[in-house]
Amino acid sequence: MEELRKLALKRTANAVRHGIIDGVYNAGCGHPGGSLSIADILTYLYFEEMNVDPKNPKDPKRDRFVLSKGHTAPALYSVLAHRGFFPVEELKTLRKTDSRLQGHPDMKGTPGVDMTTGSLGLGISAACGMALSAKISGDDYRVYAILGDGESEEGQVWEAAMFAAHYKLDNLCALIDWNGLQIDGPIAEVMDPTPHDEKFRAFGWHVITIDAHDLDAIEAAYAEAKTVKGKPTMIIAKSIKGKGVSYMENKCEWHGQAPKEEQYLVAVEDLNKIDAELK
Amino acid sequence: MAEKKATREAYGAALAALGEKHDFVVLDADLAAATKTGVFKKKFPERFFDCGIAEGNMMSVAAGIATTGKIPFVSTFAIFASGRAYEQVRNSIGYPHLNVKIGATHAGITVGEDGATHQANEDLALMRTIPGMTVICPADATEAYAATEAALLHNGPVYLRYGRFAVPDLSAELAGYHFEIGKGVVYKEGKDVTIVATGFMVHLAMEAAAMLAEEGIDAEVINIHTIKPLDAELVERSARKTGAVVTAEEHSVIGGLGGAVCEALSESYPCPVKRVGVEDSYGRSGKVPELLELYGLTAKNIAAKAKEAIAKK
Repeated sequence: MEELRKLALKRTANAVRHGIIDGVYNAGCGHPGGSLSIADILTYLYFEEMNVDPKNPKDPKRDRFVLSKGHTAPALYSVLAHRGFFPVEELKTLRKTDSRLQGHPDMKGTPGVDMTTGSLGLGISAACGMALSAKISGDDYRVYAILGDGESEEGQVWEAAMFAAHYKLDNLCALIDWNGLQIDGPIAEVMDPTPHDEKFRAFGWHVITIDAHDLDAIEAAYAEAKTVKGKPTMIIAKSIKGKGVSYMENKCEWHGQAPKEEQYLVAVEDLNKIDAELK
Repeated sequence: MAEKKATREAYGAALAALGEKHDFVVLDADLAAATKTGVFKKKFPERFFDCGIAEGNMMSVAAGIATTGKIPFVSTFAIFASGRAYEQVRNSIGYPHLNVKIGATHAGITVGEDGATHQANEDLALMRTIPGMTVICPADATEAYAATEAALLHNGPVYLRYGRFAVPDLSAELAGYHFEIGKGVVYKEGKDVTIVATGFMVHLAMEAAAMLAEEGIDAEVINIHTIKPLDAELVERSARKTGAVVTAEEHSVIGGLGGAVCEALSESYPCPVKRVGVEDSYGRSGKVPELLELYGLTAKNIAAKAKEAIAKK
């Protein structure tokens, strides 16, 4: 990736991180850790990869995105806002009673949200349905999904994995945000779902493993996925939970709590430092 | 005596016929031969998708398909459609109000020999609590066919309940029979007691009305094929006329038709209501006529409950 484009994407990703922190802080609750870990990937998807139009969010020909790990809605909302689907200022209304930004994504309420998710394991199945639908009618849109690594403990993920391979859904590219942590602790201690690469290969998927914060690797993986015929692709993206906020990085406890005022100020300072480095 | 046919047979026939004019798809979970979606599969193999024995995934896949504008019919046994996949139906289909039609077959104890694990006596209750869900329980083959078409033309999620066992096709003999979602059908007018029935219990309600007539009791019989939205207006009007109500369903007496009618009448016109159905228990293996007798799903029991309701006026 050329340096200028990469720099611009990094700035956007950091703006997305600001939006995540602002949203969760103002809500007083929410899921910052797993939102920060997918900020680079979501930024790449919405600013480089996917064919979407904020002015025509329901365009039948658009690429689809399903946030199967729906609890990281703050990241999705932030990237949608920065892409122009709704005002960035609105991120501060996250989880408020009169807001259209629900705690988990609601396709009926929020412009740009393609599927209602939140209950783990359901989103990847819905993404399969969208991809199958494109195959049925010969449409060439692609379907993208992001799952959590802990989410793969849900049996339905594997039902969907079977389904996608069986119907040769090569227009489906899913990604596991592999940060290694879930609410109760490291995934290896809670209920080890690894090895994801071998398991998805055995289920008939093309598997690519990357660093979730390396934009060159992200770009290469999504490009490779498009060349794969006859099988779906799973990108296993090794990420840092809480990426970008010093005290949140690799900490389970930041899975699902909002920063207090002092912590919020530190988070903003951390992200401002990154902004300064990207000047 | 009306011709006997299972409502699932009419479902399969309706899908195959409607598939000519309408561009919907059908999903099943390894039960196409039993649910009768196999009839559609044979005719339109390119629009049929077997999801294997994975009902939760199937419901969410159907939701994903519906987001792209296509209409999926999704079939499996009622116990799996409403029970195993309840949360997928609620969160993937119900909450986003997606245009998915759930064709659930083998409902209730008329599953027979397979026994309790496969006899859904709770599906109407479960599906009825999902906001925006339309819940239909056709009485017979003619109504099942009409309900399938109405569900296809209705914009929004629909749960359709079909049976395994052959039942008399009463609607076929009804002059000018017309099906409309949410509109109950008066099968017989009467003034002493109202029997509100759903599914094949409608024909038993008619038999009960004949028994009551012999004792000089004039029963009104209403077929409530749509459990939700309930035709509360019709039920209230009839209750005001007769002053006593019996409900009859092949379902738990908790939360299904009986529950819905009691909820409605307790607000609009409180009066004695007796419920005929499965009494808060599981089913068991057995021949269908023996099970119906054992669980009190009989014309005789409906007639007895009618007299109890009248006595409480």
